[in-house]
Amino acid sequence: MAEDFVIRCKDVRTQFGTTVIHDNLDLDVQRGEVLGVVGASGAGKSVLLRTIIGLNKHVAGNIEILGQDMDRLSVKARKHVQERWGVLFQDGALFSSLTVAQNVQVPMKEHTNMPQALMNELAGVKIEMVGLSRDACAKYPSELSGGMRKRAGLARSLALDPEILFLDEPTAGLDPISAAAFDELIRSLQRSLQLTVFMVTHDLDSLAAICDRIACLVDKRVKIGTMQELMQDQHPWLQAYFHGPRGRSARKAG
Amino acid sequence: MAALQDSSRDSGTAEPLRVSRDGDAWVLSIVGALDVSTIGRLDGRIRRLDPGEARAVRIDLSQVDSLDTAGAWVVQRLTHRLESGGRAVSIVGAKPTQAALIERVGRTEDRETVIAPKSHPLLAVVQQTGEQTFARISDAKKITAFFGLVAITLVRSLAMPWRIRYVSLVHHMQQAGLNAIPITTLLSVLIGVVLAYQGAFQLQRFGAEIFTVNLIGISVLREIGVLMTSIVIAGRSGSAFTAQIGTMKVNQEVDAMITIGLDPAEVLVLPRVLAMMFTLPMLVFLADIMGLFGGGVMCLLVLDITPTQYLNQLHGAIGPWTFWVGIIKAPVFAFVIAMVGCYEGMQVSGSAESVGKLTTKSVVESIFLVILLDAMFSVLFANLGI
Ligand SMILES: Nc1ncnc2c1ncn2[C@@H]1O[C@H](COP(=O)(O)OP(=O)(O)OP(=O)(O)O)[C@@H](O)[C@H]1O
Ligand SMILES: [Mg+2]
Repeated sequence: MAEDFVIRCKDVRTQFGTTVIHDNLDLDVQRGEVLGVVGASGAGKSVLLRTIIGLNKHVAGNIEILGQDMDRLSVKARKHVQERWGVLFQDGALFSSLTVAQNVQVPMKEHTNMPQALMNELAGVKIEMVGLSRDACAKYPSELSGGMRKRAGLARSLALDPEILFLDEPTAGLDPISAAAFDELIRSLQRSLQLTVFMVTHDLDSLAAICDRIACLVDKRVKIGTMQELMQDQHPWLQAYFHGPRGRSARKAG
Repeated sequence: MAALQDSSRDSGTAEPLRVSRDGDAWVLSIVGALDVSTIGRLDGRIRRLDPGEARAVRIDLSQVDSLDTAGAWVVQRLTHRLESGGRAVSIVGAKPTQAALIERVGRTEDRETVIAPKSHPLLAVVQQTGEQTFARISDAKKITAFFGLVAITLVRSLAMPWRIRYVSLVHHMQQAGLNAIPITTLLSVLIGVVLAYQGAFQLQRFGAEIFTVNLIGISVLREIGVLMTSIVIAGRSGSAFTAQIGTMKVNQEVDAMITIGLDPAEVLVLPRVLAMMFTLPMLVFLADIMGLFGGGVMCLLVLDITPTQYLNQLHGAIGPWTFWVGIIKAPVFAFVIAMVGCYEGMQVSGSAESVGKLTTKSVVESIFLVILLDAMFSVLFANLGI
């Protein structure tokens, strides 16, 4: 199976009622890259992410993940693909009745037959990997700060060493130092675990710092390219985005 | 990454852990996949590996075709265990990415992970008893304070009636009152039927079946009508109040309200309390009528008591106070149900889970309080002689 592209969207169309969000959208994500997804508020970035992972139905076109068309798979085969991705939702989406360590163990319990002792050790390993201290293991999500919840959510999404990591605004709501550290964390995890990362973000600094390519949602479709390429693009939104005051300072830094 | 792709190949056929000797060194070669798909089977065996007297150990990963964090961790753990036994351990044959991953997993002396707070079971009983006791005491304090707060807000609003949120009030009157009419009607008719049946069978034995009417009239008007309706409304609307306010707490809407300068007691609690106090008496009135109606129908069908006879008998049976004794209780019960519902909603904190927990608590508490108050009313009325 030639899997140079881990995600392929072709002619995808999504709509809510009569409101069309994406139309004829094509998007290919290469193995091992960090793809940043940007776009105006309400352009449909979150909807795109949800559509790719199957939480939202598209009305036309097809989406292949890891070479498999999710719509045509049996329940069992779909579960198998689900093992191979991890998703970090915007606010972590941790299960509130479970501790952080138990949260990390949920995918392990569902998809593997590891003994409990090993799962406990691994939960600790993952939690340390995302930069939380050991004390956080036995805490409940309501006892954590927003940034800690994000890290815990990341630990859960990494529980099974996924091949693709979906992130929805991972650095939103973090202070700049934590945000930079989080970027660095994702980059280093991506290197050591050889992840493909699909990251929705508003954070120009993240884009400059860790993304290999950028997909920009404009006019219900994506324009994809490196930051340099997109900066040359004449589309007014892209111009405003990259050449506005924030874009300039991020570029200087990056 | 190939972590999960090749997992099917090795299962069963090749021996994944091979131990050999190379001069003085004890060599462990791992073959195939060392990842989440195989680690469940290998973990126990790796824990039990024992190089005996050998002082030098080599872990050969050159034939490992997929290694993930779980595998890397197990290698690290093995290394650490053997090293703390005084041996020299070297890892050979790892691809650069694998070596990086093993490095990444790192080493910590104490990998004991506490996954949930634990305590001794006996101690836990004592601790829980204590906690529960204090929780009850503080609950009682807080609910009294809340009662006071609502009472003050109520008085203030009555003095300044233009501050009452009329839209919200009417909305809740519709939700808690109008929309509860079908269920209240149905249940009351059925209760009337049940009472008539039971009464008729017992009283027929003494030839006193006409007194079934007295039984129905007095029990429905004095007790059953108001009690049944209150219990239904506690389950239906009291729980809704808790869930609504609780969800708003979770979303920090209540906090937002306070910062904008809105008083949650005035905006959220008062309309609900007032709506409940207005509508419950009306519902009880409806329930009374429907209960008498259901009873009447059964009297006609089972005992051949005509509607005229029924009404005449009823007229004689009920005193001037019978009806009022029931109705008077309704606003009090309504106040308690709405208060408890709103109070528990306000107690929600943090998680969505607590909304569910407190909703249950609110229903149980309000039903308990309604029945308790009903008993107190009975004593009161008995002493007053009505
Ligand atoms: N469940 C839904 N029902 C109807 N419309 C929806 C739904 N979810 C999203 N939308 C609409 O789809 C559009 C895209 O929403 P989406 O959440 O993807 O925006 P976004 O690009 O992620 O914005 P932001 O950067 O603010 O998060 C919006 O116009 C929104 O109103
Ligand atoms: Mg979004």
